[in-house]
Amino acid sequence: MSADVHPAAADLVVDIEAQSGLRRLNLREVWVYRELLYFLAWRDVKVRYKQTVLGAAWAILQPVMTMGIFAIFLGRLAHVPSDGLPYPLFSFAGLVPWTYFATAVTGGALSIVGSQQLISKVYFPRLLIPLAAAVTPLVDFAISMVTLVALLWWYHVVPGAAIVWMPLLVLLALATAFAVSLWLSTLTVSYRDVRHIVPFFMQFWMFATPVAYPASLVPSQWRALYGLNPMAGVVEGFRWALVGGPAPGPIIFASTAVVAVLLVTGLMFFRRAEGTFADLI
Amino acid sequence: MSDIAIRVEHLAKRYSIGEAVVPYRTLRDTMASFVRSSFTRTPPDQRAHIWALDDVSCEITRGEVVGLIGGNGAGKSTLLKILSRITTPTRGRARIIGRVGSLLEVGTGFHPELTGRENIFLNGAILGMTRREIARKFDDIVAFAEVDRFIDTAVKYYSSGMYVRLAFAVAAHLEPEILIVDEVLSVGDARFQQKCLGKMDDVAKSGRTVLFVTHNMAAVQRLATSAILLERGKLIGSGAVRPMVARYLGGHSHAGYTAARRTGKPQVLESYLIDQAGRPVARPLNTDTFGFHIRFVLPEARSGVRVGIGVLAADGTVVFTSGTDDVSLDVPAEAGEFDARVMVPGDTLLAGDYHLALCVWDSSSSDIFDLQEPALSFSLEYGPSVIYNRGEGRKGFVNIPCAWSVSPVPTLIGRS
Repeated sequence: MSADVHPAAADLVVDIEAQSGLRRLNLREVWVYRELLYFLAWRDVKVRYKQTVLGAAWAILQPVMTMGIFAIFLGRLAHVPSDGLPYPLFSFAGLVPWTYFATAVTGGALSIVGSQQLISKVYFPRLLIPLAAAVTPLVDFAISMVTLVALLWWYHVVPGAAIVWMPLLVLLALATAFAVSLWLSTLTVSYRDVRHIVPFFMQFWMFATPVAYPASLVPSQWRALYGLNPMAGVVEGFRWALVGGPAPGPIIFASTAVVAVLLVTGLMFFRRAEGTFADLI
Repeated sequence: MSDIAIRVEHLAKRYSIGEAVVPYRTLRDTMASFVRSSFTRTPPDQRAHIWALDDVSCEITRGEVVGLIGGNGAGKSTLLKILSRITTPTRGRARIIGRVGSLLEVGTGFHPELTGRENIFLNGAILGMTRREIARKFDDIVAFAEVDRFIDTAVKYYSSGMYVRLAFAVAAHLEPEILIVDEVLSVGDARFQQKCLGKMDDVAKSGRTVLFVTHNMAAVQRLATSAILLERGKLIGSGAVRPMVARYLGGHSHAGYTAARRTGKPQVLESYLIDQAGRPVARPLNTDTFGFHIRFVLPEARSGVRVGIGVLAADGTVVFTSGTDDVSLDVPAEAGEFDARVMVPGDTLLAGDYHLALCVWDSSSSDIFDLQEPALSFSLEYGPSVIYNRGEGRKGFVNIPCAWSVSPVPTLIGRS
């Protein structure tokens, strides 16, 4: 076989074969195309801020308004406990990672169907599409982090040493959003009604996550089971790293394990389906 | 054998026809049918299938420029999509050796809200260029596209011509070892098309491998060094361009032409051969005046539409072309169906087999609305020529009344 290979192109051999079973993940190829990931995310950010009148203000307004509603109805009227923190700060510290996650998953679920034009006309590792959808909302996330810092200053809360865990928690949020998007975006290609289920699903998921209430409300014998919701670990950990309070404990380990499983199965599912994306969308 | 760029072995692609009609399912339907099938005994998959590509094998040598030809539904696009890795084959395999650039559409990924400059970088990255590579070629791309004044304007404000020029300019500066091109040359104005053909010539001359699809038999003959002919998903033949073009044209010989469907654009609906009196005729004499009846439709009022014909020899050589603009005839601008008649004077073509190409285009933008090549095929019988007393067995395509004279060479006095 090697006699056939042009010496200058020996390393650029592409084999195209009928697909059977699981496919190699080929992360090396994703790395080769890393600049495209940058451009796809850059495009989405650019277009988002060009098209909306409020632009960056929206990234601040959305969680701030939700916080206001939570503070009035849940904090003041329902007296939901907040681990000894001022309720607005408590809920906002939960809303920042949750809003990132919800935006990333909602966008991610539609990312493959929305990229029909690209997918049917040009080749690149399809994994870049849900990956870009998970990365892009980090810009909004960064903006709302600034708001959160302002809120900390307002309530005279100084983060402790636990803040060093913050990058890892953001990474866990990113991995969760990416893993869920892998599943949902692939399902959306074959089943178009999935897109209608997603908003309901996200709403349901938010109530199963300690955004508006503390995880300490959950009886301790159920705490580990509760951690099977990976966002429970992320949100609880995020709040702990930033404003203190009880350390998340076993929840975070359960969450990380679930994300790892979701991610690996999601990648396998996605890789298996991607060969026919162009035929279905 | 030693220098293969693309090797295709028993490649096949199956689409289920159900997919073409209902491309996606709903989760609800799937669940419902799952429940239903648990109680009834229906075979799991009764959907009809179509083999868009059926056991195709071929090899393309490095440096070859290969024209991929075939009728509608021949599998040309499917083959390009598989080789571009956009979709996976159902069976078989292919191996590509070298950096591939594929161009199935111009302007893939262009975003209307972004400026020309931003789109150059985005589109370049999508086509597989690195940021440094794009930055290095940026000025060339802008110059090629002739959009320098508008480079920082959002492309949604571009004219369609500017848009296409910019999109093609980015693609043209891709430097792959193997270039895969779908029918992209049928866009843009005539001058820009010439520029694009020139660019493809350059690519071919630089020793790179090109595989391109076209319906334009003249373009295949001009650009390609070899051709692959597909019909209904099967490989009919591959090799030298002329015989492949001749087989393609011969395989599509119909006495008359009727449009398969309405495209919604200006198009020819039907065409057939007529005699001098306008009656349908099967095999006219080459010495009689004959012509073509062409019924075309303008779905909406539009000025500047032109109708033209091209007469091709059996091997695809263009013998002559003629259009309404040659005689400054304006096609009516209102919507409706019209009959055109074009007459060819007797005693101009030699007896033989010919194909007719039909074209409807826009005179200002040169956009082609409808191109049928070949629309129909016809034969001219030998008739008694007034030009030549020996009509049969002549070489070439045309009868030309040439003037001849023969006179003795004058002998100078004193010369021995």
